[in-house]
Amino acid sequence: MFKVSSNPHIRSKDTTARIMQYVVIALLPTTVFGVFHFGLHALLQVLITVATTVLTEYIYDRCMHKKISIGDFSAVVTGLLLALNLPPSAPLWIGVIGGVFAIIVVKMLFGGLGQNFMNPALGARCFLIISFTSIMTNFDCDAYTGATPLAAIKTGESAPDLLDMIIGRTAGTIGETSMIALLIGAVFLLLMKVIDLRVPGTYILSFVIFIILFSGHGLDINYILSQLAGGGLMLGAFFMATDYVTRPVTKNGQYVFGMFLGIMTGIFRIFGPSAEGVSYAIILGNLLVPLIEQFTKPTAFGKKKVKKEAV
Amino acid sequence: MAKLTFRGGVHPYDGKDLSKDKPIKTIVPKGEMVYPLSQHIGAPAVPVVKKGDKVLAGQKIAEAGGFVSAPIYATVSGTVKTIEPRRVVTGDMVNSIIIDNDGLFEEVAYTAHNPEKLSKKEILDLIKEAGVVGMGGAGFPTHVKLSPKEPDKITYVIANCAECEPYLTSDYRRMLEEPQKLIDGMKIILRLFDNAQGILAVEDNKPDCVERLTELTQNESRIMVASLKTKYPQGAERQLIYATTGREINSSMLPADAGCVVDNVDTIVAVYHAVAEGKPLMNRIVTVTGDAVNDPRNFYVRIGMNYHDLIEEAGGFKTEPEKVVSGGPMMGFALFDLDVPTTKTASALLCLTKDEVSAMEPSPCINCGRCVDVCPGRVVPRKLAVLAEHGDEEAFVANDGMECCECGCCSFVCPAKRQLTQYIKSMRKTILGKKKKA
Repeated sequence: MFKVSSNPHIRSKDTTARIMQYVVIALLPTTVFGVFHFGLHALLQVLITVATTVLTEYIYDRCMHKKISIGDFSAVVTGLLLALNLPPSAPLWIGVIGGVFAIIVVKMLFGGLGQNFMNPALGARCFLIISFTSIMTNFDCDAYTGATPLAAIKTGESAPDLLDMIIGRTAGTIGETSMIALLIGAVFLLLMKVIDLRVPGTYILSFVIFIILFSGHGLDINYILSQLAGGGLMLGAFFMATDYVTRPVTKNGQYVFGMFLGIMTGIFRIFGPSAEGVSYAIILGNLLVPLIEQFTKPTAFGKKKVKKEAV
Repeated sequence: MAKLTFRGGVHPYDGKDLSKDKPIKTIVPKGEMVYPLSQHIGAPAVPVVKKGDKVLAGQKIAEAGGFVSAPIYATVSGTVKTIEPRRVVTGDMVNSIIIDNDGLFEEVAYTAHNPEKLSKKEILDLIKEAGVVGMGGAGFPTHVKLSPKEPDKITYVIANCAECEPYLTSDYRRMLEEPQKLIDGMKIILRLFDNAQGILAVEDNKPDCVERLTELTQNESRIMVASLKTKYPQGAERQLIYATTGREINSSMLPADAGCVVDNVDTIVAVYHAVAEGKPLMNRIVTVTGDAVNDPRNFYVRIGMNYHDLIEEAGGFKTEPEKVVSGGPMMGFALFDLDVPTTKTASALLCLTKDEVSAMEPSPCINCGRCVDVCPGRVVPRKLAVLAEHGDEEAFVANDGMECCECGCCSFVCPAKRQLTQYIKSMRKTILGKKKKA
C-alpha cells in the first residue's frame, strides 16, 4: 500500500516558520543598532518582550488545550516588533504588559495566527500609548534627552543633522531610528522574496507626494528626507504594513492599501497633534482590509473578454 | 500576439535528468492484458467480443458508445478471458475486457493511406475509427476536438510539446526520436483546417527539440516552432493558447472559440499512425521514473499492460516507494496499488521514496498571498479553499471557483502546506456533478 493524496504530490521548501525566521533575521540590524545606541536597558527590554510573547502564547495554548504553536516563530516576530516600538528607557514591565496584550487580546482571542485583523505588535503599542502616555512618549535616555526629530521639526525647533537621522543617531524608539539598518533588513526580505515592494513602495511614494502637496514645505528635499528617516515610517512600511495577515491578499488591493497608509500617515503627521502617525495609519488600514479585498477581486483568466463580447 | 509565457506559475524541481537521456525502450508484454472500457471522456466503449473469442493484435474489441466516445483495440493476440470490473488509476472500478496474451503477437493487416489524397471526412473517420484520444491526460476523443462547428474559423493548430510537468520526458524523447511523425501528423491535422497555421509549442528547457523541429520544418510554410519560457503549467491548454497566440479563454469556452485546436505530441503522432499507416491506437510512451526505481527511463508500451511489468522493466524498486503517482507530480493520481493497467492516457509512473505531502502537516493560513501570485487562473485560492471548506457553493462560484484548472500551483507554493487544490477540486467536482444531474 502506497500513500495517497490529492495532487500536487510535491511541495515547495518554504514554510511559515522559515518566513518568520527571515523576518527575525531582517530585524537584527536595527535591533543591534538600537542596543549599541541606547544601551543595555534596550537589550533587556527586547529580550523580556520576546520572552513574554512566546511564553504567553505557550501558556495560552496550554490552557486552551490547543496545539502548541510557538514553533512557527510568529510570536518571536511579534515580541521583537513590539520591543523595537518601545522607548529605550521605558520600564521593563511595559514590554511585559504589551506582550501579553498583543498575544492574548489582539492575536489569540481572534483565533491565533492568520486570524487577527490587526497587527498584534502595533495593536499593543497603541494600547500602551493610550494607557501609559507619559512613559510611551518620553524618549529621554542616557544617550539622548529632548524631542524626537519629527517632534522637533513639528514645533519648529532645529532638526537634527540629516546624516545623523539616516544613520540613526537620534532619539526615538529602540528600533526605529536607523534608516540604514532598517533598509538593510528590508533589502534582505526583498531578496528572500518574503516581501515585495507593492505595499511599502506605494506607501512611501504616496506619503512623499502627500507631504509635497500639503506640508507647506513643497519640494524641500531636506524636509522630505527627514520625514522619511524620522519616526516609524521605515519600520512601519517595510516590517509592519507588509505583515501578511493584516494586509490585502490581492495585488491591486495592496496598492490601494499602501496608498491609504501614505495618505493617512501624511494627515496624522501634518495635521494631527502628534508628530507621529505610522502606527495609527497602519491599524486603520488593517481594519479596511476586508473591504479593500472585496473591491479588488482579480479578474479570472479569460473572463474579461467574455464581458466585452456580451456587450 | 505571442508572449511565449503567462502570468503566474511555479518552477518546481524538474527531475527530468533521471530519464531524459535514455532512448525509448520497447517492452514485450506477457500474461494478462486489461482494457478498461472507459479510457476517455464520454460514453464508455461497448465490447464487440465475448469470453473465449480469439483476437489478433490490432483487432477492435470494443466500439465507440456514442459520438463522444472512442473504440478500443487489442494490443496482443490471444483469447478473451473475461469481461469484468477492474481497478484503474483513479481508484475506480471500471468494466474491462481481459485478454490472455498468447505471446505470438499476430497482427491484423493494416491499410496505409496517402493523406494527400484523402478527403477531410475520410481523415476524420480514420481518426475516429482508430480510437485516438487526447493522450496528454484528459482523454478527450480527438475526432470530436477536430470537428468544431466552423472549421474555417480555426486559425491555429497548436501541438502541445511543452511537457511542463516535472519528471516527464516521454514527449521529449518522442520529439527527439520521431520528429518527422509529429510533423507529418500536424500536416494531416492542418489538412482539416484550411485557414490554420500549425504551431509546435516547446518549452525552452528542450533546446535540442526546438532546434531539430525548426530544422525539419524549414520548408513547411504552414508550420512554425514556438520556444516557450519554461514554467509550470505552460502546457495547460488555456495557458498554452495564451502564450502562443495571446488569446484568452475561460473555463466555459472551448479552444475553438479562440480559433485554436490544441493536441498533445503523442496524440498527433497517433493521428499520423491512424491516417497514414491505418493503425489504431495501440501504444504509447510512458515515463517510468522517480528516485525509487533502479533504471528510470521511457518505454514504448502496449496499452493494457500491468504497471507491475513496467516497474520490473525499469529494474524494479531501489527502495520501496512511499508514493506512486500515475502521471506527473503536479497533476497525477496517487496509486495505492500497482495492479492497474496502462491506459491511453497514462503518461508516466512516478515512484517517490518520500511523500512530501504527508510529511508536512498543514498549519493556519498566514495570508501570504503566494497562492494568488502563482495562480494561472487569476483567482484567490486561499479564499476559494475557505469557501469550499464551508461548503458555500454560491460564493464559490461567485468568486470564480469554476475557473480553477486544478494545476496544483497553490498547494505547491503554500508555506503553511495547506491542501488548497484538494479543497477547491472536490468543491468543483460537487458542483459539476450537480450540474450534470440537473
